[in-house]
Amino acid sequence: MTDTASSTGSGHDPAAASGYPDHPPRMGFFTDTSVCIGCKACEVACKEWNLIPEDGLDLTGMSYDNTGGLSADTWRHVAFIEQRKPIGVQDPGLQHTGDVLAMAEQGAATPPADAAMNPTTPGQAGEFRWLMSSDVCKHCTHAACLDVCPTGSLFRTEFGTVVVQEDICNGCGYCIPACPYGVIDRREGDGRAWKCTLCYDRIGAGGEPACAKACPTESIQFGPLDQLRERARQRVEQLHGEGVADARLYGADPDDGVGGDGAFFLLLDEPEVYGLPPDPVVTTRDLPSMWRHVAAAAGTLVGMAAAAFTAAAFGKR
Amino acid sequence: MSHTDAAGNRARTGRNAVTGGRRHRRKHGEQPMVPDAEFGSYYGLPVLNAPVWKTPDVPGYLFLGGLAGAGSLLGAGAALTRRPTLQRITTTGSIGSALVSLAALVHDLGRPARFLNMLRVFKPSSPMSVGSWLLSAYAPAAGVAAVWAHREGLVRVAAVSSVLERFPTITRIAGTGATAAAAVTGPAVAAYTAALLSDTAVPAWHDGYRELPFVFIGSGAAAAGGLGLFAPTTESVPARVFAVLGAGCELFAFERMRSRLGMVGEPYDTGPGGMYLKASKALAVCGAAGAVLGRRSRVISALSGAALFAASAATRWGVFHAGLTSAKDPKYTVVPQRERLNQRRTRQ
Repeated sequence: MTDTASSTGSGHDPAAASGYPDHPPRMGFFTDTSVCIGCKACEVACKEWNLIPEDGLDLTGMSYDNTGGLSADTWRHVAFIEQRKPIGVQDPGLQHTGDVLAMAEQGAATPPADAAMNPTTPGQAGEFRWLMSSDVCKHCTHAACLDVCPTGSLFRTEFGTVVVQEDICNGCGYCIPACPYGVIDRREGDGRAWKCTLCYDRIGAGGEPACAKACPTESIQFGPLDQLRERARQRVEQLHGEGVADARLYGADPDDGVGGDGAFFLLLDEPEVYGLPPDPVVTTRDLPSMWRHVAAAAGTLVGMAAAAFTAAAFGKR
Repeated sequence: MSHTDAAGNRARTGRNAVTGGRRHRRKHGEQPMVPDAEFGSYYGLPVLNAPVWKTPDVPGYLFLGGLAGAGSLLGAGAALTRRPTLQRITTTGSIGSALVSLAALVHDLGRPARFLNMLRVFKPSSPMSVGSWLLSAYAPAAGVAAVWAHREGLVRVAAVSSVLERFPTITRIAGTGATAAAAVTGPAVAAYTAALLSDTAVPAWHDGYRELPFVFIGSGAAAAGGLGLFAPTTESVPARVFAVLGAGCELFAFERMRSRLGMVGEPYDTGPGGMYLKASKALAVCGAAGAVLGRRSRVISALSGAALFAASAATRWGVFHAGLTSAKDPKYTVVPQRERLNQRRTRQ
């Protein structure tokens, strides 16, 4: 085995399995979509810091999402989902008494009776909610892109993240269909594969990734993965306690099909609603069986050739 | 906005992702012929990034790799059983297709100048790495085997004849050794491409990993046998049997794969993938029948060989396009995974 193969590595410590005996804690993202406001600051910060080229200024016409999805030139992508479903009532927590604040109590020039909702009258639980979620490379424990890369361009860092070495990538494109999340892609006109590096340059210098730094609501949290997982667990409990029964974690389970994600999420609906695969499995998990079937087939081919020449010999007699 | 996928089904956009009344009315205005596929998706957009591999580079490579690998087996058998014309045709075909396929692989790279980076590491976890090393071993052997098969014609070249005369033992060992080496590595070259496709998240490719190697070696044998059918009828008997066995193996393995895959295998029936595969089946049946019935006629044999050749290429094109279709439609990613997840939850 080479030091870059990950699906065959044991345990849930990918950096150690990749040959870093003394390594810093595994770093990752916890993206809490329940506080995402869809500002796209993460998308912009990522593009700016990583010098990612512009990749089309199109209007998709489907929502406020004009980015579409992750690609070679989009390493953070904010999804917008509109649903006819109540999200619960937001209580502004403001108490106003006395005539001086009559106007303010009213919240706006519109009398409360005529307004569905204003800063002091929360209104009714609506029949509409908006889900927003900032998607990113998952930095899988068992990363298919890294496993199938034939040049060793994709590698595991000491932080347990997965990064492309652009001076080595020859653009074979194998990582692209290997990724179960549709993250990595080939850049037009450049020919090489690109994706999120979890800001390897910034975290190597003790900083935090550009997207997490720019996030105004701490929807994107960066830190040691075990701390993030604990924090996420508490957040789900808190949300469940407040009646948000839909809250669930995605990619936080170290026993899932990819050995857990280095970048995981708190979602408010099924993953496929956000464009995420509901039960991704690293394709190389089946590779030993694939090789056995290939060997059996190669043997069958030899057998067919032997049978052909034997039959010809008998036919001659 | 309505989003219609490649198969003509309307995916549930988001989840009730309908806000305005205008959209609602439009939805009523254009009722789909097929009932809505019941699965969640993000505006019907694909979950996976589809392969960026080009046509004809990659399906062509799959076809030529199978032809080359299986051809080397026929070439070695022909050498063993003293069928010089068959040996010449198959070994030449093998090195020719190996060289063209290598050119196709390099051409498909995003950075062709960096093709040697393929040999930077050896990774059993990457079928492309394994295949690169395999081809590096196979192609030189296939080349020497072809030169060895042509030694009698090449005697007229002064340099060749002097080498043959001066080093008779060494050239014999090199020639027969290379023929044997090509026959040992050839089957691996013909079969590994199935793992190359299956070792991806593309549903139609990944889920077919049990049968796809047998589809591919069968297809390779049909093509190489088809090439051998251009030899005189006195020498082409083994190629004939090989071609018929190969076509049978391919058809049988494919039917098994198709029935096991269920809905994930739909792209093998419909769209461009289905079209190529239907053509492949028809050509393979005609070619195999012609190979048997026309065994006394060199013309009918050659026509049958050409049909088998085309059948093999159509199989690779069909499998390739079916994979693209299954990657671009979120249905094939989401539905099986959702079923798997629900089953696991009910078991708990």
